[in-house]
Amino acid sequence: MRERLTRVLSRAPLHVAVIGICLIWLMPSVGLLMSSFRPRNDVLASGWWTVFQHPFDFTQYTLENYANVITAQGMGRAFLNSLYITIPSTIIPIMVAAFAAYAFAWMDFPGRQSLFAIVVGLLVVPLQMTLIPILRVYNQLGLAGTFLGIWLAHTGYGLPFAVYLLRNFFGALPRDLFESAFLDGASHPTAFFRLALPLSVPALASLAIFQFLWVWNDLLVALIYLGGTERVAPLTLKLSSLVNSLGQNWHLLTAAAFVSMALPLAIFFSLQRYFVRGILAGAVKG
Amino acid sequence: MKKGSVLPWLFMLPALLILAFFLVYPTLDTLYLSLFDKRSENFVGLHNYVWALTSKDMFIAFRNNLLWLVLFTALTVSLGLALAVLLDRVRYEAVAKSIIFLPMAVSFVGAGVIWKFVYAFRPASAAQIGLLNAILTNFTNLDPIGWLVNRATNNFALIVAGVWIWTGFCMVILSAAYKGIPGELIEAARVDGASEWQVFWGITIPMMKPTIAVVTTTMVINVLKVFDIVYVMTNGDLGTEVIANRMYKEMFHFRNFGRASAIAVILLLAIIPVMLVNIRRFQEQEAIR
Repeated sequence: MRERLTRVLSRAPLHVAVIGICLIWLMPSVGLLMSSFRPRNDVLASGWWTVFQHPFDFTQYTLENYANVITAQGMGRAFLNSLYITIPSTIIPIMVAAFAAYAFAWMDFPGRQSLFAIVVGLLVVPLQMTLIPILRVYNQLGLAGTFLGIWLAHTGYGLPFAVYLLRNFFGALPRDLFESAFLDGASHPTAFFRLALPLSVPALASLAIFQFLWVWNDLLVALIYLGGTERVAPLTLKLSSLVNSLGQNWHLLTAAAFVSMALPLAIFFSLQRYFVRGILAGAVKG
Repeated sequence: MKKGSVLPWLFMLPALLILAFFLVYPTLDTLYLSLFDKRSENFVGLHNYVWALTSKDMFIAFRNNLLWLVLFTALTVSLGLALAVLLDRVRYEAVAKSIIFLPMAVSFVGAGVIWKFVYAFRPASAAQIGLLNAILTNFTNLDPIGWLVNRATNNFALIVAGVWIWTGFCMVILSAAYKGIPGELIEAARVDGASEWQVFWGITIPMMKPTIAVVTTTMVINVLKVFDIVYVMTNGDLGTEVIANRMYKEMFHFRNFGRASAIAVILLLAIIPVMLVNIRRFQEQEAIR
């Protein structure tokens, strides 16, 4: 009994430290969530933590802030724009990368190694290096401020990492499998669609989640290529302009911020395993 | 392996075309534009680089990136490492990890709003609605601080927000490496009478060195490119400018493509050596696995 007590006591600092850090990490987000449900006057009159004096007094909560930001402030429109930008910007680069990655992993052609090295080398290029020339071409072609323009841009920026990750994954698939398929007369397209892709579902899922969140949370690419075009602005762009226009209207800003986070949070909680796997595989992405 | 003639090129064609247009061509063009003036009309040699390395605005940006480099990298990596080791010893590891990792899922813009609210400032006479100033005024006699406008605190306030976002990333990768250390090794050391502290410095750290290096270089690259947090929270005002935000300003506000290109090239030059180290380390690690 006494031994047990000393063991619990000796571990107490560990638990205090861990729980303390977790609370510190949670606090900012809890403050955001709570404030988004409080009426304007309450938010300005007292801190969000005061709701915990009577947490179950539901009269102190309201959904009005959400109604306001989704309709009047345009966050609803921005949410749809984000979906419309993110879905193709996730699917196109993965498809394009999968074909190239298969060629790098299982096809024989001159210059294979050096070409792959160049693709991986492109990982070092910061977005900033590409913005001015591409924006100029976009302005000439009328692609600035269009969904097509931003889909293509995200495809370009996501490709080196996607090719790198998928080539490594395809390359690690059992060689015998492919050799016996080729002996049985399978062509490369057949091996690609029937073997490589189905066997790589976990890698493709991780990559898709990664790219989806990356595009959904992106500000810079949208800022440059969609710029001032309100009609096509995604959530991040809309939210950053609300930060300027709403100033101290925290009841609205917090609700708007939460709208922008809802989908990534849902994905995070339901698919955390794939997300973590993607991060572990992609530690190299800059 | 089957011999293909045209087929491999067909497979690669879309990827190569897109990469050539979105990465290769613009990189070369930006290099070229950096040698020209504002409107890319007159050749000015290295003038834009001289400006970048001597102007006061750029000096502030370089200084802040350096501050970020030191503080942000040290804090994210050491906190991530501490959490990886500590959380391994508690039963609610999974929940705790989710909490620390959560900020990685939201956008930097969203995180910027979260932290702007934490730092919210009102005059001493009014009720403080920002968490930090409420703590400050309730538990000490100090006056509330405008964390994001006070030049002594604003850079640190931004870095803290960055650390809050990225620590989870470091923790996840370091935790995976920590769990990969053979248990017998640690047990043997304990049996021989090593203290937990000795185990940590003598076994854990040396065994995790390659992973710590990868995580550190990844954080360094993040720092060099840091943009969103600064753009949303202070827009680089009041001495919080960073390189990437300055590049954006030169490009969009001042329409000076020469200077903006030169800044981008400097950013690239700073990233290349770090990225090379990172890729090499990563491949060594893959080879061991």
